[in-house]
Amino acid sequence: MGDPLRFRDDPAPDEPGVTLDAFLDQKNATSVLLEAGDDVRALLPELGRVRLVEIDFPRFRDGRGFSSASILREAGYEGEIRAIGDVLVDLLFFMRRCGFDSFEPDEPFDPGAVDAALHRYPDVYQSATDGRVPIWALRHPQCATG
Amino acid sequence: MYKYDEYDQAMVDARVEEFRDQTRRRIEGHLSEDQFKPLRLKNGLYLQLHAYMLRVAVPYGTLNSRQMRKLAHIARKYDRGYGHFTTRQNIQYNWIKLAEAPDILAELATVEMHAIQTSGESIRNLSADHYAGAAPDEICDPRPWAELIRQATTFHPEFSYLPRKFKIAVIAAQEDRAALRWHDCALRIVKNETGEKGFEVYAGGGMGRTPIIAFLIREFCPASQIFSYIQAILRVWNRHARRDNIHKQRMKILVHELGEDEFRRQVEMEFAHILTLGRDFPQAEYDRIAAHFEPPPFETGLPEEVDRSDPDFALWVDRQVAAHKAPGYAIVNISLKPDGGIAGDISAEQMDLVADLAERYSFDDLRSTHVQNLVLPHVRKRDLHAVWQALDAAGLASVNLGLVTDIIACPGLDYCSLANARSIPVAQQIAERFADLNRQLDLGELKIKISGCINACGHHHAAHIGILGVDRKGTENYQLLLGGSGTEDVSQAKITGPGFDETGIVDAVERTIERYREIREPGERFLDCYRRVGMDPFKEAIYG
Repeated sequence: MGDPLRFRDDPAPDEPGVTLDAFLDQKNATSVLLEAGDDVRALLPELGRVRLVEIDFPRFRDGRGFSSASILREAGYEGEIRAIGDVLVDLLFFMRRCGFDSFEPDEPFDPGAVDAALHRYPDVYQSATDGRVPIWALRHPQCATG
Repeated sequence: MYKYDEYDQAMVDARVEEFRDQTRRRIEGHLSEDQFKPLRLKNGLYLQLHAYMLRVAVPYGTLNSRQMRKLAHIARKYDRGYGHFTTRQNIQYNWIKLAEAPDILAELATVEMHAIQTSGESIRNLSADHYAGAAPDEICDPRPWAELIRQATTFHPEFSYLPRKFKIAVIAAQEDRAALRWHDCALRIVKNETGEKGFEVYAGGGMGRTPIIAFLIREFCPASQIFSYIQAILRVWNRHARRDNIHKQRMKILVHELGEDEFRRQVEMEFAHILTLGRDFPQAEYDRIAAHFEPPPFETGLPEEVDRSDPDFALWVDRQVAAHKAPGYAIVNISLKPDGGIAGDISAEQMDLVADLAERYSFDDLRSTHVQNLVLPHVRKRDLHAVWQALDAAGLASVNLGLVTDIIACPGLDYCSLANARSIPVAQQIAERFADLNRQLDLGELKIKISGCINACGHHHAAHIGILGVDRKGTENYQLLLGGSGTEDVSQAKITGPGFDETGIVDAVERTIERYREIREPGERFLDCYRRVGMDPFKEAIYG
């Protein structure tokens, strides 16, 4: 596996993620690995020391990680969220919208496909954690975008 | 009805290009079938027994004539000259070539249609009351909300890979014409004591192998917050549903495992949080959408009386025509259950004719129903005879709405790769057995629904008389169920006992119905009779 695909300017954290239980025990840890079934909210009181959250997709059809990433961003977390495991390029657009900003898929993405996946849709119908202006707000510029 | 603006059009066009790209990658071998399957399923493309099947969304069951003519064109050019209306108000084509699917989507996009989220583990196309905007008993037209929710749930990033499918229905009337509480999320627009409009919300319904009727999760959700509430429901389910067994991943199973109170508690906590994110659409956007659903310019001073001198026409009027909210107008139900036909099937020529009638007589508005029929919602009473004549000439004037031959049937083993047994021939044999209209009218409202496997696309759990096809040691076997309902008096049908072969099930249905005729009280529907006397008199008649 090569370097992760990153959409951040800061240096990539080099500390490997430890499991959620270990992270909650090891008060000096800064990277955590969330399994699909982990309760991401257990991490919220500790967000101050987190630099990297790796969210594992055991099968790409297991969409729990989308909610985990969204909840982290909604809680104000600004560190890195990395999707790892069975991550398909066709999911990239949705993952970016949920707050993932780095990707380390089991099967490397085709770089051309990455660009296509990210720019396929001109707009979005709903607000998410990426701050994109939803279509309803484009239709009604006078309304605050929430 | 709703008209796309440049934003809506751009989204649908982008989807066509995305799917074209995915299909190309599949055909060129860059995607395996395993990888392609969930992608095509998000676009309504199934691989069935004989060919690909494409399911096209008919959002909340509303179509205009231009769209219907396009559906006819697709049936001619890409299929075998017909389409099939489904129990979710959508239309399916059964003989599709993979390489042509992107072209079909491109054609659909030219008339503001698509196949987005009509299958797969996604928020499915919404269903709604097919009398919306015409029914005398509705407090408002539910479709502006349905359209708003359609947009809000289209390509929702967090809910892109749900544990299973998620079905939403919206109504705004007392009478439930949409099988409301058989949905994962069922919304009924109501007014609270201060006259404010909001939603009565039911959650956790569904058919399939574990039928569950949705429970009332919230008596009143303010209308402006409904998207937040739906997201709260979805998030609780997405986070906590099982992922280890596809048969245990529908939301109804989680509700059952957590219990209604605990599920509600978690949803309410999530709702309180999501409200703080300000994700709900503003009133201005609701108003913009609602303007598309303003009532058509109904004429006033129209005659109420209908010339009933033609007895065949009078029979049709009495059965197929329903009361309309506007004086001088009526709602016309078009049966897609002709003698010997296949429930929900319609030829390209018939589609064109219905499109013409909608344009000429119904303000360019027509509807599909979950009972696999069509509706012309706004017909002047004085035009009823002309409409009937045109329908009759096209084989579309069957008189059987809600009667024993108005059978719901899934495609079954004739088409579907999941099926265990054929549904269509059983429906045809029952229809043949009860073809005599006087017999049907004497029996009154009687809803037969047939599924060819436990996935229950044929709604057998919600049938007065349900039939479930199963595989029994390699042969088709049919179980009989009694006492279900998909309306406001919702209930789940119960199995009578051992199953039957194909001829046996038709006989068993007839014996059930004959027993009803013997023991009914005057004016009593089959369902009410069953509820009064219970299963035993029927079992005795069926099994002797």
